[in-house]
Amino acid sequence: MSSNAPDTGPESFAFDAANAERAKKIMARYPQGRQASAVLALLDLAQRQSGGWLPRAAMDHVAKILDMAPIRVYEVATFYTMFNLKPVGKFHLQLCRTTPCWLRGSDALKQACEKKLGIGLKQVTPDGLFSMVEVECLGACVNAPVIQINDDFYEDLDPQRLEALLDALARGETAKIGSQTGRQGSAPEGGPQVLTGAKAGA
Amino acid sequence: MPKLTIDGQAIEVPGGITVLQACEMAGVEIPRFCYHERLSVAGNCRMCLVEMEKSPKPIASCAMPVAEGMVIKTDTPMVAKARRGVMEFLLINHPLDCPICDQGGECDLQDQAVAYGFDRSRFHENKRAVPDKDFGPLIKTSMTRCIHCTRCIRFSAEIAGVEELGATGRGEHLEIGTYVQKAISSELSGNLIDICPVGALLSKPYAFSARPWELVKTESIDVLDAVGSAIRVDSRGREVMRVLPRLNDEINEEWIADKTRFACDGLKRQRLDRPYVRVDGKLQPASWPEAFDAIASRLHGVAGNRIAAIAGDLADLESMLALKELATGLGSANLECRQDGAAIDATTRAGYIFNTTIQGIERADLCLLIGTNPRWEAPLINARLRKRFVTGGLRVAAVGGTPDLTFPVEALGGGPDTLREIAEGRHPFAERLKAAKNPMLILGQGAIARTDGAAVLALARQIADSCGLIREGWNGFNMLHSAAARVGGLDLGFLPGAGGRDLKAILEAAEQGAIDVVYLLGADEFPVSRLGKAFAIYQGHHGDAGAHRADVILPGAAYTEKNGTYVNTEGRVQQAKRAIFPPGEAREDWAILRALSERLGKPLPYDSLEQLRKRLFELKPHFAVLDDLQPAAWGAFGKAGATDAAPFRLPIENYYMTDPISRASETMAACSAAFVATDARKTGTHG
Repeated sequence: MSSNAPDTGPESFAFDAANAERAKKIMARYPQGRQASAVLALLDLAQRQSGGWLPRAAMDHVAKILDMAPIRVYEVATFYTMFNLKPVGKFHLQLCRTTPCWLRGSDALKQACEKKLGIGLKQVTPDGLFSMVEVECLGACVNAPVIQINDDFYEDLDPQRLEALLDALARGETAKIGSQTGRQGSAPEGGPQVLTGAKAGA
Repeated sequence: MPKLTIDGQAIEVPGGITVLQACEMAGVEIPRFCYHERLSVAGNCRMCLVEMEKSPKPIASCAMPVAEGMVIKTDTPMVAKARRGVMEFLLINHPLDCPICDQGGECDLQDQAVAYGFDRSRFHENKRAVPDKDFGPLIKTSMTRCIHCTRCIRFSAEIAGVEELGATGRGEHLEIGTYVQKAISSELSGNLIDICPVGALLSKPYAFSARPWELVKTESIDVLDAVGSAIRVDSRGREVMRVLPRLNDEINEEWIADKTRFACDGLKRQRLDRPYVRVDGKLQPASWPEAFDAIASRLHGVAGNRIAAIAGDLADLESMLALKELATGLGSANLECRQDGAAIDATTRAGYIFNTTIQGIERADLCLLIGTNPRWEAPLINARLRKRFVTGGLRVAAVGGTPDLTFPVEALGGGPDTLREIAEGRHPFAERLKAAKNPMLILGQGAIARTDGAAVLALARQIADSCGLIREGWNGFNMLHSAAARVGGLDLGFLPGAGGRDLKAILEAAEQGAIDVVYLLGADEFPVSRLGKAFAIYQGHHGDAGAHRADVILPGAAYTEKNGTYVNTEGRVQQAKRAIFPPGEAREDWAILRALSERLGKPLPYDSLEQLRKRLFELKPHFAVLDDLQPAAWGAFGKAGATDAAPFRLPIENYYMTDPISRASETMAACSAAFVATDARKTGTHG
């Protein structure tokens, strides 16, 4: 992230009523004079309100209500990769590419996305629906390969299932979260293999 | 007092210090980049690693507090290897561009790489490149050279008080910058260049102009404000290349203000390098004898009381004494050194100096500012106030304008009425002053350079008396001057003599034709248009307001070109040293006056600077005590009277343009455009 990047965001930003209320509650968790501790939570609120990314005006607003120098907020926002400093799509695809997902075909998923959406990494589709980034381990290796879309995990993907998922999202349907093969939790494929006879509490 | 062993040497050190400081006390040098004794500890460069007994790995000495019985080793193979390793890491992304880097020759990284580094690199991959930042007209950046010591971030947040710099991004992508595009808005920003241990932050005006080993270094003092910061003037040939701070804990610690540092290019422009005489309304170049002849013929037969002399803000004691004695010899008592018309009462020295002293600020707990903006009038005094605010919780309140001083200031009111309430104990602030342990007030020139100035001064003294600012071992009454010559002029009595006229009267008399000749010793800061038809002799170094009005110009020397004595706002007598010679036919100022006195038939009784100084010391023995302070006795001063209700005006409108040198400086002009955008006197050329 290079500084001095042109900011395409709005001129001004303020929390809406609901978020302002939430922000107040979050700040109240910290002792008097230590409100700056709420910076991560408030930046997250601001990112959600701004459609998945943090315009500079939003960071300035957070700095103001926490009584911090704006640069201290920029430092935090640029440090954490989950704060997006450029606009993202309505569906922000976070492709896991760490070893287990890679072994299970994350490269094919990335190619499928590129082919399907016509965008590369860190790009947004012209209709503003999809954007795509690569991320490090999402911690769902058992069901690799995994893609996180906004806050939800979609697991056990292959290119066909991913295309179907993207089509469904584009149509505005709610897609099934979690394993796309019907796996129960993180259980082995085909259902539990051990302790099948035991009954709970027995 | 913990006892520890450093390289086999037993030493007892004060508790609470760090191992690095203890090593320094033991005379052991520890290399470091991020550690700076006036900044908070960061501990991120790892260069100061030392071996500590019973520790499995080397420790960062800058961040490790000393403890009883510690055994520290700095000369073991382990330490040498650790330093080599750290150095190798620091140099991984540092470009090998020392030959084109301005820091070359005075670079901590370069020096320490030679002293402690590995002799080759094992890093064969591409080095990272970082886009340069635009920090305004003073600081040039080469961010690829940055080693992320964060000294600049800590300096701007802690000392300068402007939280604008930060480290954005992470890991390989970490960058130092402001994130949003902006110049560093501090009057102390030039110090970032000094504290940067590598060539990442450099002086923009000085870029690529000299190498440190070519420069002649002259230790001198600054005269562009009344603080008298210790400076080092670096010159090459007949040119001042740059000005750097020197260490003086009593005044400037190790910082200097941007005007002090960057106005030196003004010494090369608009200079008066030969005498001029006005012929038929136009200034014509002349020789010294011709200029003296013109003065002598005009002065011939003029009565002493029709002659006046005004000393400017940059005048040294020697030339003021010479001019005073010349004017007195001609029978004139119309002397004035208060160009701004400030109603200073020179009868009591304690009434016009900074009695608390700059270092004394570090004992104060409550401060009242009256008609002053210390951030612009004396940035280093402001830095001390901030230091005291940060370390000791100093509370500051102001009467008359509360600009952003980098610490909170409570606004009490606008003008003399509020002062009167405090003085008479009707204002709640009076109680707070009385209750404070070490209360102080700072009276600015903005409060007394007005028609009711004498009464305001009396009110300030009344506050000092009634609220207990004057105590055993503590004098909280301070006048803040903005002109380097002022305290010296007042000490010397460059003031109206018996029956003499002050500035207002001189100007009125000149307008009415009652004054025929005015001698301006570098005086440019008063309305020269009000000199009427008087014959003006301007002796100075720059073609500024006074020179434009002059009928005869005598080219003098700037503060870097003469050995001159100055008295700072605290009353500290200091000597500036000559770094270069004045340009062209310009001469040292006292010598010009001595030569002119000869031509006028009233020779001054000194033929050398030594003789002149001897006379100076005879007149005022305290001038002989250099660099030290003598407490001034408290007494009565000021004249109680009616005051105007008008609020105090802050004396400086534009920090970057306050004297002939800074007005001639291109760098200062660029700063005015960048930082003083709302300047009321903005001209058409500013876009």
